[in-house]
Amino acid sequence: MINHARSRNTTAVLDEGAGPPSRSRLSDADLSAMLLIRHFEKSLLKLFEQGFLHGTTHTCLGQEYVPVALTPLLRDDDHIFSNHRGHGHYLARYADPEGLLAELLGRAGAVCGGVGGSQHLLRERFLSTGVQGQSLPVATGVALHLKRSTPGALACVYTGDGTWGEGVVYEALNIAARWELPLLVVTENNGIAQSTPTAQQMAGDIGGRAAAFGIAYERFTDTDVNRLRAALRPLVEQVRHASRPFVVEFVTHRLGPHSKGDDSRSPAELRAVRAADWAAGYAAGHPEQFDRIDAEQSRRVERIVAEVLARPLTAWSPR
Amino acid sequence: MTAPRVAGDLNTALHRLFAEDERAMLLGEDVCDPYGGAFKVTRGLSTRYPHRVRNTPISEGALVGVASGLALAGDTAIAEIMFADFVTLAFDQLVNFASKSTAMYGRRLPLRLVVRCPTGGNRGYGPTHSQTPQKHLVGVPGLALYEVSPLHDNHTLLTRMLDDGVPAVLFEGKVLYGERMFTGGMVDDLFGYELTDGVARIRLHDPVPPDCVLITSGALVHRAVEALRELLLHDEIVAELLVVSRLYPVDRAPLLSLTGPARRVAVIEESTAGGTWGAEVAAALHPSLWGTLAAPIRLIHSLDSIIPAAAHLERQVLVQSGTIRHAVKELVNG
Repeated sequence: MINHARSRNTTAVLDEGAGPPSRSRLSDADLSAMLLIRHFEKSLLKLFEQGFLHGTTHTCLGQEYVPVALTPLLRDDDHIFSNHRGHGHYLARYADPEGLLAELLGRAGAVCGGVGGSQHLLRERFLSTGVQGQSLPVATGVALHLKRSTPGALACVYTGDGTWGEGVVYEALNIAARWELPLLVVTENNGIAQSTPTAQQMAGDIGGRAAAFGIAYERFTDTDVNRLRAALRPLVEQVRHASRPFVVEFVTHRLGPHSKGDDSRSPAELRAVRAADWAAGYAAGHPEQFDRIDAEQSRRVERIVAEVLARPLTAWSPR
Repeated sequence: MTAPRVAGDLNTALHRLFAEDERAMLLGEDVCDPYGGAFKVTRGLSTRYPHRVRNTPISEGALVGVASGLALAGDTAIAEIMFADFVTLAFDQLVNFASKSTAMYGRRLPLRLVVRCPTGGNRGYGPTHSQTPQKHLVGVPGLALYEVSPLHDNHTLLTRMLDDGVPAVLFEGKVLYGERMFTGGMVDDLFGYELTDGVARIRLHDPVPPDCVLITSGALVHRAVEALRELLLHDEIVAELLVVSRLYPVDRAPLLSLTGPARRVAVIEESTAGGTWGAEVAAALHPSLWGTLAAPIRLIHSLDSIIPAAAHLERQVLVQSGTIRHAVKELVNG
């Protein structure tokens, strides 16, 4: 039997207890992945300031640990649906910062020829789209396909808290629950939808909404990748083997602006967000490892930026 | 042998498609047996293929999205929207996902996806169940629009739509479902038809150069043929009728070769006025025909109005054979 959705007052085991939990030591690989994403995102904001990047981009600063914790639990034959804030999802799945940066800069070697840009990526079974909620039913369709063709594989779809304002999300959840499809819905609840605080735009909560469909649900406030991964492992396996949808909510923090320079939060709010940053906490607990890998990834991204900027522009024909 | 009715021909086409393609899936509201779809087009399919045909909740946005997901994963996906009016609920999935996916990732991504839409009025269903919404989807890159006609074989049509790998919407005139398919090149005692590059040409059994060439799609065929008869028998006007199967992109080349040196051309559709498919066809043909036309291409469509429910009021708004006859007389006689 699967778990039923938890009531709103119940939180996951991980965030119970007094005070912030201590941070376990991460593998160099996990910490490298998180700091690669961080420096990648920071470099984008710099590239905007310098006039090399155009249009829009949504950085996932502060949320890097979510895809890093989850991705190793996903298999090659799983499908991943990412969203507008998807660079971390891509970089956790593929060690390909060069291809992603080339995509954003429209340079040779781009994942999608520079056509899709930040929000529209396709590589093997990884796909992102830029319209909120749009990929929920698409992922549901893929899950239906997988249930028939590849039992045990799943479709994982990333959403934000703001995504839950879209009606098609509920149409898809209803179908996924009724048809018993292997759909893993990951919500990165960073407390703010563009500039609107979640509390102002969401009645009730995500757990209650999952419960309305009889969909199992878990909520995590922890940011420790080791503990998160251990807790996620049985949930992901449950989606595979019970062939049922599952909603996982990560309470997280968006350190950066929604897109470029559009952060309207007060200094006090920003201080609180920075205080919750996993990186600050981790650096305090494991300074030697953090400083070493932080410097490595910073230099790596710097090199990649210089190398990709020197590449020729992509070519593409509309027909 | 009596020709099948259009709904039956579509049903046979779907059965054949499912027999030939084991990855074919069909989704829609109330499509399973014993109901078999609001217009019975999917009858028998769920009994024969219980795992490949699914009733969905009333969720047009999601059911088109789910079908897109199936197509993305390599299946052949057919979605039914019970009334074409409700395709508006799937607008995002069609316009921002399925169609764009074929190109926005920098390389061609074929999707075998057809969204079927029972379309049109003259059935008394009122303002939200009678529309011809093709015009709202004209001009979307990566989205093809087709219409069922009594002159085009539906299995050939569905196979073409799917094999193109371009997401497609198939409009099915509801007034056609109960009509018989035309076969053997015969329309009636006066008119016959032939197919050229997907365009059906209806003209006199003993053709003479026409005074006017009319272009239309499936749902209008019977009304247009009735107008052709009246024009010939009472007004001494000879008109030919071209019936296209693909609405968009416009098949310019066959239309140009079939309109030939005609001096008068009209496009007929049931859509209400404004931003119409006919305007798109006229814009595609005008540059080539401008030198030979005696008058601009005439657009014949329904009024700029909602579609009333009561039969006598509905008839006032929607294109009828009399509307066509009147417009062609005006065009030819000036």
